[in-house]
Amino acid sequence: MRQGQWETVIGLEIHVQLATRSKLFSGAPTAFGAEPNVQACAIDLGLPGVLPTINGEAVKMAVKFGLAAGATIARHSVFARKNYFYPDLPKGYQISQYELPIVSGGGIEIELDDGARKRINLIRAHLEEDAGKSVHDAFQAMSGIDLNRAGTPLIEIVTAPDLRSAREAVACMRKVHTLIRYLGISDGNMQEGSFRCDANVSLRPAGSTTLGTRTETKNLNSFRFTELAIEHEIERQRELLEVGQAITQETRLYDPERNETRPMRSKEEANDYRYFPDPDLLPLELDPETIETIRRDLPELPDARCGRFLRDYGLSPADSQQLAGARELADYFEAAVAAASGEAKLAANWIMGELTAALNRNNLGIGQCPIDAARLAGLILRIRDRTITGKAGKEVFDAMWESDLEADAIIESRGLRQVTDTGEIAAMVAETVAANPAQAEQYRNSPAEKRVKLIGYFVGQVMKKSRGKADPQQVNDLLRSLLEK
Amino acid sequence: MHRTSLKSLSDLLQRREISSQELTRFFLERTERFNPGINAFITLTGEHALKEARAADHRLQHGEAGPLTGIPIAHKDIFCTEGIRTTCASRMLDNFTAPYDATVVARLKDAGMVMIGKTNMDEFAMGSSTENSFYGPARNPWDESRVPGGSSGGSAAAIAAGMVPAATGTDTGGSIRQPAALCGITGLKPSYGRVSRYGMIAFASSLDQGGPMTRSAEDAAMILNAICGLDARDSTSAPQPGEDFTRDLDRDLSGIRIGLPREFFDARLDPAIGGLIMDAVRELERSGATLVDIDLPNTALAIPVYYVVAMAECSSNLSRYDGVRFGYRCENPADLMDLYCRSRGEGFGDEVKRRIMVGAYVLSAGYYDAYYLQAQKVRRLIRDDYRQAFAKVDVIAGPTTPSTAFRLHEKTDNPISMYLSDIYTVAVNLAGLPAISIPAGFLNRLPIGLQLIGDYFAESRLLNVAHRYQLATDWHRAAPETYA
Repeated sequence: MRQGQWETVIGLEIHVQLATRSKLFSGAPTAFGAEPNVQACAIDLGLPGVLPTINGEAVKMAVKFGLAAGATIARHSVFARKNYFYPDLPKGYQISQYELPIVSGGGIEIELDDGARKRINLIRAHLEEDAGKSVHDAFQAMSGIDLNRAGTPLIEIVTAPDLRSAREAVACMRKVHTLIRYLGISDGNMQEGSFRCDANVSLRPAGSTTLGTRTETKNLNSFRFTELAIEHEIERQRELLEVGQAITQETRLYDPERNETRPMRSKEEANDYRYFPDPDLLPLELDPETIETIRRDLPELPDARCGRFLRDYGLSPADSQQLAGARELADYFEAAVAAASGEAKLAANWIMGELTAALNRNNLGIGQCPIDAARLAGLILRIRDRTITGKAGKEVFDAMWESDLEADAIIESRGLRQVTDTGEIAAMVAETVAANPAQAEQYRNSPAEKRVKLIGYFVGQVMKKSRGKADPQQVNDLLRSLLEK
Repeated sequence: MHRTSLKSLSDLLQRREISSQELTRFFLERTERFNPGINAFITLTGEHALKEARAADHRLQHGEAGPLTGIPIAHKDIFCTEGIRTTCASRMLDNFTAPYDATVVARLKDAGMVMIGKTNMDEFAMGSSTENSFYGPARNPWDESRVPGGSSGGSAAAIAAGMVPAATGTDTGGSIRQPAALCGITGLKPSYGRVSRYGMIAFASSLDQGGPMTRSAEDAAMILNAICGLDARDSTSAPQPGEDFTRDLDRDLSGIRIGLPREFFDARLDPAIGGLIMDAVRELERSGATLVDIDLPNTALAIPVYYVVAMAECSSNLSRYDGVRFGYRCENPADLMDLYCRSRGEGFGDEVKRRIMVGAYVLSAGYYDAYYLQAQKVRRLIRDDYRQAFAKVDVIAGPTTPSTAFRLHEKTDNPISMYLSDIYTVAVNLAGLPAISIPAGFLNRLPIGLQLIGDYFAESRLLNVAHRYQLATDWHRAAPETYA
């Protein structure tokens, strides 16, 4: 079969660490980065006789996700034990949910490369506890176990095999990432392992409706690695299938350094997890009122907010999506617009331009931005009413970044008010033309389409002379009339 | 003194006719004298006990004492005790000391009871004879060539020999009631959820329940008062309102209907035991109760269902003993698999290993439906049997065990015959009901037990019937000669 005649089928299992203060079944804290084993209590250590008790906050967060994804919230769900031996799994079983998960069904929408939208169905999302961490490189000929992470609450979100490419898979992952951060149920920090995914990938002849044999690539902890790993796995499977070889159902690991996946364990050596309902925990019962209360407290979700930005602020689809893509950024934007008398377009440009660039340069998130939305609005207002030029605005912005001063104070102290005196500007224009006779001659001898570029040189000279305070449009007009006289 | 009721001991202490330190020394001396022959204790905590006794005397002097303050007690070595090792009678936990008290231990400590030691038991509570102990078998004070029953055999033997006035036990399939019956003492298995399981090392979580082992129903009521009640650390503990279980002890039995399940008195019951149990039941009738024949049609299924459920749960509960974080670890493991296999292979005894293997089997892919799921369905049928029975009667009566205490090694080679000694007790755990075993006579100079089963959370009623029986009889006052 020739290349292109295979259809890729991908389903994701996304593990999201919930942002609770304490663990899923114990009171130990969940903060990242503590000294090994200081955040593991008797329950996390699986000492004899201890018992788990459910963290209500984690349940609420799982319900939030389910409601946001339009899923069914189970009024009765059951915790089950997944039994296997591993040194970083203290009890010899993980408490998870198996037959009756808390969230079933639902779906999310992703945007494809051609701008079309596609619904990705979810099969389920269930609550489970994380395992600890084995440390293999710190001790000679020994392994260390750090149980700080043991018992940390997770939801595992399982998508239907609706994804057809690595790019779709990443778009889906990003969408879930946006959603969980909007809901405030996870920090989504991928470096710290708060958001990771397993990708089930299979190929089948185009047009076929049965699924091919799949592999599961585990523990993908960045968007980029997910895309690379899936692409690699598609290629690997295609090469095998095209020479008539069968795919082995197995678990694989992605090695980012070599950009390849390799087998971890095959189906034959797979564990029999001997799932059964955990007798230490009662079934989780949720009454409709509780679910409704959580629904009422849901924030506006990213899709709805993006639609509103498009509609109410007249932003472009791309700008709406970018600004609505993270809750804190969207909040900042809306606060700035409100304080800048509804000047949405300028606010969007400044936030996505100068502000984002400065944040990135300083490795800061919008939450740590030294310029709050109200101060930025002060700058936007002065640009809008033409008190200063956009160019001067950048100087004001830089000064605001370095200080607590308001835009107005900086404009006054630095004398950045835009020059609106036509006579003064006209004089600067005349001086500039006179000082550059060769360029003036060249301009006059050029066809219209080249003149646009040449006039830019003169505008630049005049702006420099005015220290950025002249209105560039006015300068442009005056130059044009002088040069074309 | 060692045959005095808890209530009388309490009065003596309150009136300061005796101090807790004197009382504690008295029982410690008896323990030193008799324990070497009985092996009822795994760990004796004399020094610790005298410290607690001093504190109890302080409370008694300052009027801060409760009814149990200053009275010695022993805990089955399945209850975690902060700073004092808890072995579960297993080599696996020979070196284990918990950094916390079980809720039962903490509540009795708060009540001012003085812990004198940790009692012997079958390893991880798996057994009916206390022979499956890493520390050697305990012996029955009525005949030292016989077993005290199990798994709480150490607690039962310690009380029967007068080494301690009361003890804690746990009951997963009869482990409080069966040794109580074989040692001639009183043992109460409360309703599932009545007593917190926190810090009580799990055998089978959906069946395990801690409870008092004493010389009388009245003593049991006093201990239950202190240990019962909701515990936020155990999700399966019941939000049942507190009550004083001693309040209705004396209540008249007229109008009480006592059910006699045909299935308990059929041809399988030793007629001699059946006769003694019927004598006991007639005594209740004389006290005003009405006897009613009832049916518990699924009784015969209780043993197979019990062993599927209990083994499934234990196979998972015991996975944490892997040689990694605490407990026994084999010497020089070659690799991870070797560490697991040898630590568990060397750390666990045969019966524990047998149950883990069977449990893993009934939960494994392809067998789960046929065994575990089927057992859960039959478990519901058994529960329904009892629910229907309690629509007609207040209390169900029958034998606790099919025989008196058997000889050491008599059943160790045949696990199935050992399992069958639980035939009258396991259904109660499957249904989650409360039940009590009280002394009801002797057969060939060995005690036999009358089992009374109550409806959910009807411990008061159960204790009332048991107490009225003990007002009318003296069986519970009998003591083996050597220890009289």
